[in-house]
Amino acid sequence: MRRAELVMALFMAAFSLYIMWKSTELPVGWIEGEGPGGGAFPFWLAAGMLVCCGWIVLRWARRQSPPSRSDEPYMDKTALRVFAVGAGSLLVMIGLMHIVGVYVVIPLYLIFYMRGIGHHAWSVTAPLAVAMPVATFLFFEIALKITLPKGYTEPAFYPLYELLL
Amino acid sequence: MEILGLLLEGFAVALQPINLALIVAGCIAGLFIGAMPGLGSVNGVAILLPMTFLVPPTSAIIFLGSLYYGAMYGGAISSIMLGIPGASTAVATTFDGRPMALQGKADRALVAAATASFVGGTISVVLFTLFAPPLADFALAFGPPEEFALLLLAFATFIGLGGDDIPKTLFSIFIGLMFSAVGLDIVSGDPRLIFLDLPGFYHGINFLVLAIGIYGIGEILWTVETTRGEMVVSRAAVTIRGVVRALTDLRHNIRSMLMGSFLGYFVGILPAAGATPGSLMAYGVARTMSKHPETYGKGNVDGVVAPESANNAASTGSMLPMLTLGIPGSPTTAILLGGMVIWGLEPGPMLFIEHKEFVWGLIASLYAANLFALLINIAFIPAFLMVLRMPFTILAPVIFILCVVGGYAPTQDMHDVWLMLIFGVMGYLMRKLDYPLAPAVLAIVLGPLAEASVRQSLIMAHGSFGIFFDRPISAIIMAIAIALFAWPVLIAIRRRLRA
Repeated sequence: MRRAELVMALFMAAFSLYIMWKSTELPVGWIEGEGPGGGAFPFWLAAGMLVCCGWIVLRWARRQSPPSRSDEPYMDKTALRVFAVGAGSLLVMIGLMHIVGVYVVIPLYLIFYMRGIGHHAWSVTAPLAVAMPVATFLFFEIALKITLPKGYTEPAFYPLYELLL
Repeated sequence: MEILGLLLEGFAVALQPINLALIVAGCIAGLFIGAMPGLGSVNGVAILLPMTFLVPPTSAIIFLGSLYYGAMYGGAISSIMLGIPGASTAVATTFDGRPMALQGKADRALVAAATASFVGGTISVVLFTLFAPPLADFALAFGPPEEFALLLLAFATFIGLGGDDIPKTLFSIFIGLMFSAVGLDIVSGDPRLIFLDLPGFYHGINFLVLAIGIYGIGEILWTVETTRGEMVVSRAAVTIRGVVRALTDLRHNIRSMLMGSFLGYFVGILPAAGATPGSLMAYGVARTMSKHPETYGKGNVDGVVAPESANNAASTGSMLPMLTLGIPGSPTTAILLGGMVIWGLEPGPMLFIEHKEFVWGLIASLYAANLFALLINIAFIPAFLMVLRMPFTILAPVIFILCVVGGYAPTQDMHDVWLMLIFGVMGYLMRKLDYPLAPAVLAIVLGPLAEASVRQSLIMAHGSFGIFFDRPISAIIMAIAIALFAWPVLIAIRRRLRA
């Protein structure tokens, strides 16, 4: 945990420096007749972030923050495994949305999580895997007129649009 | 007496069967739209505005006003039940509402949110009825320096949210404000902080992307890790006796409710402020005023009551500059203002004279909408609690899907969904190191307003920061804000000296 706090502070300090550099793409000083330049606000905010990172490192060196005094691992093997499954499955789900669209991904994801991780029976999984995409379609596409991504499955929805819109 | 007579006439309009039906329909529609992550009153009002052309203007504004109220009530539901703020106005409700739900007190949190919303809404309508014109004039005295001072005060109250680790709290505020600066420069229109030249950054970072990432994805990842992926079933249950007990217990929270109502209404009437800053400030002030500030963020009822009363009060307050001055107090009232123009009504002082039926019908309908929204909300609590009784391995994928769809809906750009995932993972990793994340969400919401007000002030003063201390209202608020900023630092120094 102690090492992780230092690594995070240094990473954020580097990110702050990058933001400061990026902000200078627009003027960061005073422009006569216009006021502060467009880069001034993010530049000084990033400078503030950098100062805070320095302060965090100082507290780390003095062992003042709870993580800097902790001997516990930042993530043990079990935590890493459940985190990888949770975040990894989301990564795959969002990636697949580009290809097969949200209405194919929703049932697939529900089946994966409920059957694969939760070990729920098909009698529980199947109704939800069918009902959720239908409810999402009716609520977003029909009631609120918000189109969700459908990828290559878009043409399959044309008859539904003609019928319901 | 004249006001009472006008109000009675207003009730005669609001209680006509068609208008009564529209109030109920508006409250229910608003409740569900507000409860949906990613959608808020602004979406509901914008989407349903064209449908109001089928009815007279008074009925139309009554429907949309009720929808606005319903959405304010509904925003708290997903904050409490799922830990995902339904809209920016419900961000502060998540801080204590979600911990309450996890402790098996979701019924209490929902009753507290609904009742506080009712109290805030009712107090604000009474203030609206009695003091509309003078308050509108007072709101006009608030220029950019006063606005910035007020926002600084809001940020100062956030310092306390992060506990003792002041640098991490400050970092969280700065990074939230920085994210709010991504997109196009508000003055020159030049692209700013377009990372990796990705076109998705041109429309900026919607606060919901950060909020859903942190509170939706990050929260579930956190729960998955802490429970080691085991099934967790919440103890949430509801009985009539439990609801009555929750209502009677709220007598201990009256102070926060009243503070939230008045503060929310006051912030709401300020042009361009709206319900979000109001609710966030109310949370910060409630925590600052509390004898036990350490209990905030861990399931303190006052942490639900203060922002919920404030956001409803502010939603009424934001209608005041819209009706009396023609200046919208929030994005939702900006759309309502557009609707009024389409209906052939000109907002401004003359509206109260030329279209009495419209104005007083709206005011009376707000009283009725408050009552109906409360009753509907409490009636639906058992249905909401069913969500919490689901096994975690059903709830988690459903929440993940709602997060993804909710993150996509506002901008309809897959870029935001990816960004949300990154924020969720980063938020989870930072939370493990005690970085407070709530201030970052608060800062990204208030960032655009803060930048606009500070830049306008500096332009007015030709670059001198003295403008914030030259004007009396601004100077007083600045002094309070500076004192609040310094307070936790002084406490920490004193504690260290004693140690």
